[in-house]
Amino acid sequence: MPEIKVTPLGAGQDVGRSCILVSIGGKNIMLDCGMHMGHNDERRFPDFSYIADGSLTEHLDCVIISHFHLDHCGALPFMTEMVGYSGPIYMTYPTKAIAPILLEDMRKVAVERKGESSTSFFTSQMVKECMKKVTAVNLHQTVQVDSEIEIKAYYAGHVLGAAMFHVRVGDQSVVYTGDYNMTPDRHLGAAWIDKCCPDLLITESTYATTIRDSKRCRERDILKKVHECVERGGKVLIPVFALGRAQELCILLESYWERTNLKVPVYFSLGLTEKANNYYKMFITWTNQKIKKTFVERNMFEFKHIKPFDKSYMENPGPMVVFASPGMLHAGLSLNIFKRWAPDEKNMLIMPGYCVVGTVGHKVLNGAKKVEFENPRTVVDVRMAVEYMSFSAHADAKGIMQLIQYCQPKNVMLVHGDAEKMVFLKSKIQQELSLDCFNPANGETCTIVTKPTIAADVSLSLLKRDLQPVAEIGDLRVKRRKLLHGVLMVKGNKVRVLDSDAACAELGVTRHEIRFTSTVTLEDPGPVSRTIDKLHTHLQKRLGITQHLGDGPINIGSVLLQVSGSDQEDLKEAIVSWTYQDDALGSYILNSIKNIDR
Amino acid sequence: MKFYALSGHPNKPCSVLRFKQCTIMLDCGLDETTMLNFLPLPLVPSRRLASLPTWTPKEQPQVEGELRECAGKVFIDSPPEFCPPQTSLIDFSEVDAILVSNYTSMLALPFIVAERGFRGTVYATEPTLHIGRLCMDELLYHMEQTPRAQHAQHWKRLLHLLPAPLCHAYKPKLWRQLYSADAIADAVRRVHTVGYGEKMDVFGALRVMPSSSGYCLGSANWTISSEYEKIVYVNGSSTLTTHPKQLEQAQLRGARVLILNGLTQVPSYNPDDMIGAFCAKVAHTLKGGGNVLVPCCPSGIVYDLIECLAPYLDQQSLSQVPLFFVSPVAEHSLAYSNILAEWLSHNKQVRVYLPEEPFPHGQLVAGGRLRPYKNLQADGFSAEFRQPCVVFAGHPSLRFGDTVHFMELWGGNAANAVIFTSPDFPYLECLAPYQPLAMNYYFTPIDTSLYFSQANKLIRDLKPQALLTPAQYASPVQRSECQLEADCPVLTYRRGDVLTLPVRRAHQRLQLSAELSERLSPVPVGPGVAAATVTGLLHVQDNRHRLDVAPTPASEAASLQELTEARPRYHTYGAVHVP
Repeated sequence: MPEIKVTPLGAGQDVGRSCILVSIGGKNIMLDCGMHMGHNDERRFPDFSYIADGSLTEHLDCVIISHFHLDHCGALPFMTEMVGYSGPIYMTYPTKAIAPILLEDMRKVAVERKGESSTSFFTSQMVKECMKKVTAVNLHQTVQVDSEIEIKAYYAGHVLGAAMFHVRVGDQSVVYTGDYNMTPDRHLGAAWIDKCCPDLLITESTYATTIRDSKRCRERDILKKVHECVERGGKVLIPVFALGRAQELCILLESYWERTNLKVPVYFSLGLTEKANNYYKMFITWTNQKIKKTFVERNMFEFKHIKPFDKSYMENPGPMVVFASPGMLHAGLSLNIFKRWAPDEKNMLIMPGYCVVGTVGHKVLNGAKKVEFENPRTVVDVRMAVEYMSFSAHADAKGIMQLIQYCQPKNVMLVHGDAEKMVFLKSKIQQELSLDCFNPANGETCTIVTKPTIAADVSLSLLKRDLQPVAEIGDLRVKRRKLLHGVLMVKGNKVRVLDSDAACAELGVTRHEIRFTSTVTLEDPGPVSRTIDKLHTHLQKRLGITQHLGDGPINIGSVLLQVSGSDQEDLKEAIVSWTYQDDALGSYILNSIKNIDR
Repeated sequence: MKFYALSGHPNKPCSVLRFKQCTIMLDCGLDETTMLNFLPLPLVPSRRLASLPTWTPKEQPQVEGELRECAGKVFIDSPPEFCPPQTSLIDFSEVDAILVSNYTSMLALPFIVAERGFRGTVYATEPTLHIGRLCMDELLYHMEQTPRAQHAQHWKRLLHLLPAPLCHAYKPKLWRQLYSADAIADAVRRVHTVGYGEKMDVFGALRVMPSSSGYCLGSANWTISSEYEKIVYVNGSSTLTTHPKQLEQAQLRGARVLILNGLTQVPSYNPDDMIGAFCAKVAHTLKGGGNVLVPCCPSGIVYDLIECLAPYLDQQSLSQVPLFFVSPVAEHSLAYSNILAEWLSHNKQVRVYLPEEPFPHGQLVAGGRLRPYKNLQADGFSAEFRQPCVVFAGHPSLRFGDTVHFMELWGGNAANAVIFTSPDFPYLECLAPYQPLAMNYYFTPIDTSLYFSQANKLIRDLKPQALLTPAQYASPVQRSECQLEADCPVLTYRRGDVLTLPVRRAHQRLQLSAELSERLSPVPVGPGVAAATVTGLLHVQDNRHRLDVAPTPASEAASLQELTEARPRYHTYGAVHVP
């Protein structure tokens, strides 16, 4: 039986470092190549030695990156330039444009601020070299990786350029969702996939147990909290990644400031932001319909109320709102501001997204009142209000179920989520949709058995003959079901279905004609013609033959029924003869005549 | 397979293909050359046009006022009309899909969609849809700027009495006035946008897929295929590197039939030379203190013209000369072209990763060099307008739109010049109603479509089994550089033709279900050949054929149907062994 093997090197019962290996139809494909933000050691990157001791290029047929978040693409330069991989890499156009910016930014944070030795980390040049190997793809474009692998991207809505990928090898297929969002937000549309019926759907499950309330309420809620905080003179820190959620939050705050005429300054950490907005402008076709329509008149990504942030503003008195990167408070500006503002209870921290284990963001969200830092060793008291806003654009449980129903997979696999939450969703999928569901841990291999179908070429003449609703069989017209009968011929990798006669002719095979003949002695005095009538009436009752056949022999298909003997004799010989092809009918008639008097 | 030719213009094609019970329309180009028979529609009443003598055939007073004469030629004094695709050949309600190859070949779409009972889906790339819409909006806007209460109709009945070329007009009774805004909106609603390499399914029977044709933003060639047959439709392709993504050939190879349309309309003009000549003529005129009018479409070549002209003028120390781009959709067109990275040539695409705008016109607009205006009444135009200048404006036929105004304004001065770059209209005919004309005129047509020699090379590379082209391309009276050559049979068509294409179906794809496959036990019957008898229940859904395990008949309930259908699992052959 053919099978699909899946091994997560990351994101198995975990969030962060997404990297999933799929073996399908003899091909090895890597889905995402992310890094873990919560680790600073070798656990940061997937364990590529698992794939092969030697060259990755020989063992992997292609790498597919779903979107530009670092937990999905962060290990790519490490893999291609340091471990060594020169095979094809696929991602969407916006991902190809934005990923190198984020990689470079992360590299700087890691190498310069943490003072890591540059040998253990990739360089700027490596990021550039890595991106040169990338092939950009468009939505719904069918890309032929080699003669067998075919991939197709679908809109995922999670961030600009996020995509789900359908991978097909022969007649087996897998859909990998990456991260996706089933509800349209302020700048992106909702994920969509057609009914592609893959053998396996590998879906993220970040919000496996959450059913989020209405988006409007959440937005109102958060705006109210921000408003209250700045009114009492507090400072609001919103750690964000420069691209993605940040743009949506900016649009949200911008319109609120506009509406309420608030004068409190809103800042956005400089650098990445301007560039980021440029990317959003140029890839506006990947945003939602409304932004696309109005971009000529008013560019949604040019903000009136949001100004660039300077480090010195950190010490300014009075209320302000600051968006600062990175989003999980694990390094950089947002962490610096946090250290400065955390001890004041007037202030507020809004975490708009998920934080991986090990980051300061994760600690604070879990209610840590003191956060320790190394070099220099300090302890920061957290007195500021901490708000978590389930704002990050992942599908919730309802959305995940909805996607499964859209794409109609035969099996489901959950990745990119917490183990306990997965268990809940897994049982829900098994119960409500009766689908097999898997949730392997990192390094654990799942084997999914697929049922192969055979694609054959059938000649139109055979198809037309057997699709006729009515067929002529001998003297009879019989109604037919769509039953196709022929010969399957396998020659090389060509499979054909032919009419039996055509197949024999092609193979140069002469079929033997076999005819069975059997004689039944009947005790039936009277003329022969009466016996024939009697047999005919009998068969008519049993089989529903309608024709009247007169005195001659009875023909039913190839079955021939004759009566011999003379009118004077009591015993008549009924001879039944049929061909091998009509064995079922012939035997039935013979039996039926044998038992005529019972 | 049947082919219906609804248009006779090789560059504004419209045809229909019928295959496997699907009806697919290939493009819906609008023949705009009919407009040249009409007088220009000025934005402000023109004394010159109003005082042209009327022309009336003898004893036909009802035509009075419909025709006017200018410099020895007769024109119809009425809003221009267009020749839509032929409607009599097929029933438009049967059209399942329309494949649009580029925005220049979709202007008749609102006419088709408005036909009674039209239910089909229109497939076009996103740029094709968007720019096509801009072109339609512009046409309509220009028409609505110059409304006329009366449409001349009587002349159509008296064709035989009219002078040439009017008397040769093709079926003017079929000519139609332009569609309405509602019709455009309806047409746009029907469009399903697709990307290059996206396979779309037509009722499970056929798959259609666009691939880049290199001609303009979002331009596409289409492959129409079933499991066994492949038809390739090529319209308006270019092997030159300008701004659009380059021509992709891989998908076009090995077709049963290659339908080839839209070759260059000006085979003796080299586009590279012409763009050089264009810049030189502009600079020459400006240096002489004259103004330059460039009649153009709101998208396409105009991007290249602006991109080449601006630095050229800088070199010629003419950087203070303003470039005006006057079109109701100018701003949209410029902005839109800069957000289509995926559809651009490699050189333009890499700029996006910097991130810089792929076209320089964003910078030119920001720097005040290029000034887009909606129309001549737009805010700031009169204040900014200074001469000498270069004006890019529509419509290239000089029959309506802002070009009419500039022709009337500048036509009397020999220092000024009008430079034609569009190959769609014969420039002398465009100028005819403005004669006598003092201003200079130049013809530097830029047509990036395939040359005949390039087309011949393409045909050799693609190796189709048959070639289908408009009759114009295969006519033996053509000069040798304008002739198509192919090793395969060549079929030709004219407007109104119905052809049977040499495609015969012999096979159908059949999927044997997993359960049925398991039960098959093929035996070797020859070298490398194995065979097995197969009996199964045939399911046909969405034109897909699937064979499943046939239900085993219950042992007792034998009906005639079941008995006749029962077939042995084995065939008997080979040497008979009789012990």
